[in-house]
Amino acid sequence: MAVALKAGAKLKSAVCDTQLMVVKAPAGEYDIRCGGLEMLAGTATAPEGAQLDPAQAEGTLIGKRYVDAEEKVELLCTKGGKGSVVLNGVAMSIKQAKQLPSSD
Amino acid sequence: MNIATILDMAAEAFGDRIAVVSGSTRMTYAELRAAAQRAAGAIRASKASYVALLDVNTPAAPVAIFAAAYAGVPYVPLNYRLTKAEINELVERVAPAYLVSSGDYRALLEPRADIQVVDRADFLNLPESLAEGVPEPGDDPRAVAVQLFTSGTTGKPKAAILRHENLMSYIVGTVEFAAAEEDDAIVVTVPPYHIAGISSALSSTYACRRMVQLDGFDARSWLEACRSENVSNAFLVPTMLSRIVDHLSEQGEGARLPALRSIAYGGGKMPLSAIQRAMSLFPQVDFTNAYGLTETSSTVAVLGPDDHRAAAASEDPLVRKRLSSVGKATGAVEIAIRDEDGKPLAANQPGLVFVRGGQVSGEYLSLGSALDADGWFSTRDRGYLDDEGFLFLEGRADDVIVRGGENISPGEIEDVLLSHPAVADAAVVAVPDEQWGEGVGAAVVLKENAKASVAELQELVKQRLRSSRVPQAIVFRDALPYNELGKVLRRVIRQEFAEAQPTASA
Repeated sequence: MAVALKAGAKLKSAVCDTQLMVVKAPAGEYDIRCGGLEMLAGTATAPEGAQLDPAQAEGTLIGKRYVDAEEKVELLCTKGGKGSVVLNGVAMSIKQAKQLPSSD
Repeated sequence: MNIATILDMAAEAFGDRIAVVSGSTRMTYAELRAAAQRAAGAIRASKASYVALLDVNTPAAPVAIFAAAYAGVPYVPLNYRLTKAEINELVERVAPAYLVSSGDYRALLEPRADIQVVDRADFLNLPESLAEGVPEPGDDPRAVAVQLFTSGTTGKPKAAILRHENLMSYIVGTVEFAAAEEDDAIVVTVPPYHIAGISSALSSTYACRRMVQLDGFDARSWLEACRSENVSNAFLVPTMLSRIVDHLSEQGEGARLPALRSIAYGGGKMPLSAIQRAMSLFPQVDFTNAYGLTETSSTVAVLGPDDHRAAAASEDPLVRKRLSSVGKATGAVEIAIRDEDGKPLAANQPGLVFVRGGQVSGEYLSLGSALDADGWFSTRDRGYLDDEGFLFLEGRADDVIVRGGENISPGEIEDVLLSHPAVADAAVVAVPDEQWGEGVGAAVVLKENAKASVAELQELVKQRLRSSRVPQAIVFRDALPYNELGKVLRRVIRQEFAEAQPTASA
């Protein structure tokens, strides 16, 4: 089931500890999965017997930003887990951290 | 979305790292989260609709920011330098509240049934049991995270509100998670009721950086704290940096701050001469100028270390000039210049500074949003963008001198006056003028034992700028009036000129 990704929305993995926050995403419907299963929005709970797909277990790292190839969709990992993050069938990659001048 | 996530992430990834140092107190990120969760339990039980803080900077400030977020109520730090009557008026506006205070500040509070006052020491040592059963923090991005009373010069203070989405947008847009090295530390000298105090606590937590708190500012204790805690980063308002530079030159003391890598400054105009002196005194330090407002969740433009060095080293006067700019818009916002009618202006055309972006709240309690239909916020600052997008500020729109229809910015005249070797401080304001409507007045403080005549200063401005910029009235003062954060109180100086006889045009 495709979902809209609203900036600020939280997504939880159905099969691992991964949590993501939407930083930005153009309007539209997305298929967002972690560990092989659709991620859960809001108060949704994991389906009975949901299990991590071993082929989708690259893992996520806290604090990293996951982006699509064009960097139009950006998701911040607020909690790391075992699953891989896949958007519309394509694995998302970690965005290169920018050196931001420290202003405070 | 909730700013509590910032602390959750830091505690999860670097729970053992020291979060905050205050005197002999040291608290790790895990301890900071535990304290905030205990406090959240106490806040929920109190049924308060605000968490207020009336205190200097101590670990209670970051604990209160995050405790309010976990409990789902706004955090409202109060200015402890206000009068007793003013403080109690603000307290009334946030009732029912859970209010953290201590000592002399606590004594200023009139008892009220709808205010639960908690002593700072008790607040930091609440029983473990309070953390049990505290539900997950709320997820509504539109919920109010912080409310700040602005120091309105007229009328009642306005309550600016910053929502979780504004502050989160600022942090995610300007900081990388865990960007700090293990040994990094920032010394914090801005009071907790200032937007920079809040953004600093959030940024440092997200960067997993140690915060070293001082409960006030003087150059000596700042230097001591930097040395004893191996401080790597500092944020200062311009007067603080000037006082540190003065202190070191008076004592003939070397900086001796080998760990210090970065100084960020903001919160007011930095005189060109002061930043030049600071750069030569701390050649190894990266300087960053940050410009922002309460209503924009802090920083919206940054003049970074490379910009500082490029400007200082350049032969090109237009590039050199950038040392007195506030840099370019951060990646998280857009900046535009418009005229009084709202029409966009081209590069190098001065007008009003507008800002747009997720971190811009531009919103006041019960007054609503000050954003236009397209989300732009008028800062009420005047300025222009140069060809490469560097923002030059000319002062508050209300401070601009309108002389016979010509807009004159006080800042450029002040910079010229300050370049005179005898001048220690200068403020330029509008003075009443019969012919031109407004004219240029200057209050000047001379250095000890130094001399300069009115005519000499007028000639200097005439040569560097042009005759319309020449102050027609110059008064000498022992000191200029400043607020506690080093902002010069132009309205007080304007008042003094206004009360004197209208001056004839030069």
